[in-house]
Amino acid sequence: MSRTATALKYLSLIAASVVVLLPLLALVLGSLKTGPEYLESGPFDPPENWLHLGNYATAFTDGGMLRGFLNTTIILVISLTGTVLIGSMAAYAIDRFDFRGKKLVVALFLVATLVPAVTTQVATFQVVNNLGLFNTRWSAIALFLGTDIISIYIFQQFLRGVPRELDEAAAIEGAGPVRIYWRIILPLLKPAIATVVIIKGIAVYNEFYIPFLYMPSRELGVISTSLFRFKGPFGAHWEVISAGVILVIIPTLVIFLLLQRFIYNGFASGSVK
Amino acid sequence: MATSTHPVAPPVAQHTGTARRRPRGRALTPYLFLILPLLLLLTFTYFPVVNMIFYSLTSWRGLGPVGEFVGADNYVEIATRPELFGVFTVSVYYIAASVVQILLALYFATILSFDTRFRNLFKGILFFPYLINGVAIGMVFLFFFQPGGTLDSVLSAAGLGSLSQQWLGDPDVVNYSLAGTSIWRYLGLNFVLFLGAIQSIPPHLYEAADIDGATKWEQFRHIVLPGIRPIVGLSFILAISGSLSVFEIPYIMTGGANGSETFVIQTVDMAFKYHKVGLASAMAVVLLLIILLVTWVQRRIVPDEKVDLT
Repeated sequence: MSRTATALKYLSLIAASVVVLLPLLALVLGSLKTGPEYLESGPFDPPENWLHLGNYATAFTDGGMLRGFLNTTIILVISLTGTVLIGSMAAYAIDRFDFRGKKLVVALFLVATLVPAVTTQVATFQVVNNLGLFNTRWSAIALFLGTDIISIYIFQQFLRGVPRELDEAAAIEGAGPVRIYWRIILPLLKPAIATVVIIKGIAVYNEFYIPFLYMPSRELGVISTSLFRFKGPFGAHWEVISAGVILVIIPTLVIFLLLQRFIYNGFASGSVK
Repeated sequence: MATSTHPVAPPVAQHTGTARRRPRGRALTPYLFLILPLLLLLTFTYFPVVNMIFYSLTSWRGLGPVGEFVGADNYVEIATRPELFGVFTVSVYYIAASVVQILLALYFATILSFDTRFRNLFKGILFFPYLINGVAIGMVFLFFFQPGGTLDSVLSAAGLGSLSQQWLGDPDVVNYSLAGTSIWRYLGLNFVLFLGAIQSIPPHLYEAADIDGATKWEQFRHIVLPGIRPIVGLSFILAISGSLSVFEIPYIMTGGANGSETFVIQTVDMAFKYHKVGLASAMAVVLLLIILLVTWVQRRIVPDEKVDLT
C-alpha cells in the first residue's frame, strides 16, 4: 500500500478512537472534581486532586446505585439461569424429537422474532399487570425470559452440530429424556451457554425500558433506572452524575477486557438471530 | 445466523437395523420440554399482539373494563392528525445516520481485517460503546452537548468556536445531535458483524487477487463486498426497523422535547401518560405493520441465500 494510504488509514483509526474516547474522558475528568471546581473549570482541565473520589461515594450511597446493583444482580442471575434452561429445553425438544405440531412450534418462534418488543409494550403491560407482576422484580424477569427467542436459536444451531449418537448411546443404556437432557445435552452446550449468557447478560444489565415501565418503585431501581433518576436530585451536579455513569460503565469494561474474544464471537453469532 | 442453512433436523437413520422400541411416555416428552417456553412465548408475545389489535379498535383508557368498541376510529385519527404521523419525519434522521453508520462500519471492518498495527486495540475501542448502558450513554452525551461542555470546548480549541450552538435545545439541530449519538452507540455492532463475515472469506482469494495485481479497492469490490453481502443486507433491515422504533436515547436525553419526539415516545406517552390505550395500540399496530412491510420488502430485494434468518 502506498505511504499516503497507510498514513490515511492510521489517521482515520486515530480519529475514530478520539471520537469514541473523548466524551468518556471528559466524564472521567468531571467525576474527579469537587462541585465548585467543576463549575469553574473547563471540561478538559485536569482535576486538582486525581484521587478525589467523593462523588463516587455520593453516587453510590445517596444516588441509590448500591440498591441498583443489587436489584440488577438478582434479576440478572434469575433471568440468565432461566434463559439457559428454557432456551436449551426448547432447542432440545425441537432438534432431537419429531412430534406433531413441530412445524407450527418452529414457525411460532420464527415469526416472533419479527415482532419488535417495543411495539407490543402497550398490550404487554396489561398482561403483566393482570398477572399481578407490576412493580415486582418478577415483571422484568418474566419479560426477559418470555421475550428471548434468540437464545433458543443459538442453542438450536449449536445442537445441530452435536452428534446424535451421544444421546442415542445414553438412551440405549436406559437413560430417560430428562436424564439425557441434564447429563448429556446441557454439558455439551457449554460454549453456546457462554454465548447466551454473555449476550443476554449484557442486554439485561443495560435494559432501561422494561424496569422503567414495570418497576417504578424506587426500592426496585436497577442500575439503569437509578442512574436515570440522577437527572432529578443531581440535575445540576454533573460531577456526581459523571461518577454515577462511570460506576455503571466500569463493570462492563472489566467484563469486556476479560472476555473480549468470546464477546466478539458471541455478538457475531448471536445478534444476527 | 451466518452459518449455512440446514434443512430442519434430518430423520435419523436407524443404523442398528433393530426397530427401536419407544417407551410409551416418549411421545409426550417433547411437549414436556416445550410447555414452559411455549407458555412464555404465547403469554408475552402472541397474546399481547392479539390484544393490542383488539384494544386498537376500542376507546379503552387502560383502567377498568375495556372501553367501547369504536371500529377504525383510532386509525382514522392517526391518519388525519398530521402531528401523530408527522413524528415519523424524525426517523429520517436516524435512517440517514444508519447509512453513515453502516458505511463507516464497513470501512473500519475492512481495514482492520488486514494487517494493521494495534488491531485489537482499535477493534476494542470501536466496539466498546455498543456494550455501554443506554442511560449511561444518554448521560455521557447530555454532558457532551451541554453549552460550554465537551463539544463546545473541542470546537473552540480547534478555532471553530463560532459553530457552538444549542446542540439539544434547537429544534433544527437536536435530531442531528441525537442521530450522531446513535451512530456512536451502534457503530460497534455493525463493525463486529462485518468483521466476522470478512474473516470467514477464504484468505487464498486475496492471495490470488494479489498475484493478479488487483488493487485493494478492487479486492474490496470483488471479494469482500460480495462475500458479506447478506450481512450488509440484514444490517440495513435492522437499521431501518431500529430507526422507526427509536426510543431510548431521545427519551433519556430530551424526553422528546424540541422536536426530537419519535413515534415510540409518542406511543408510550399516549398510553401511559394520557391513558389513551386504544389510540396508542392503534399507533403500535401501525408501527408493527410498517416494520413487517420493510422487512418483507427488504427480503424481496435482497434474497439472502446464505444468511439463515432463523
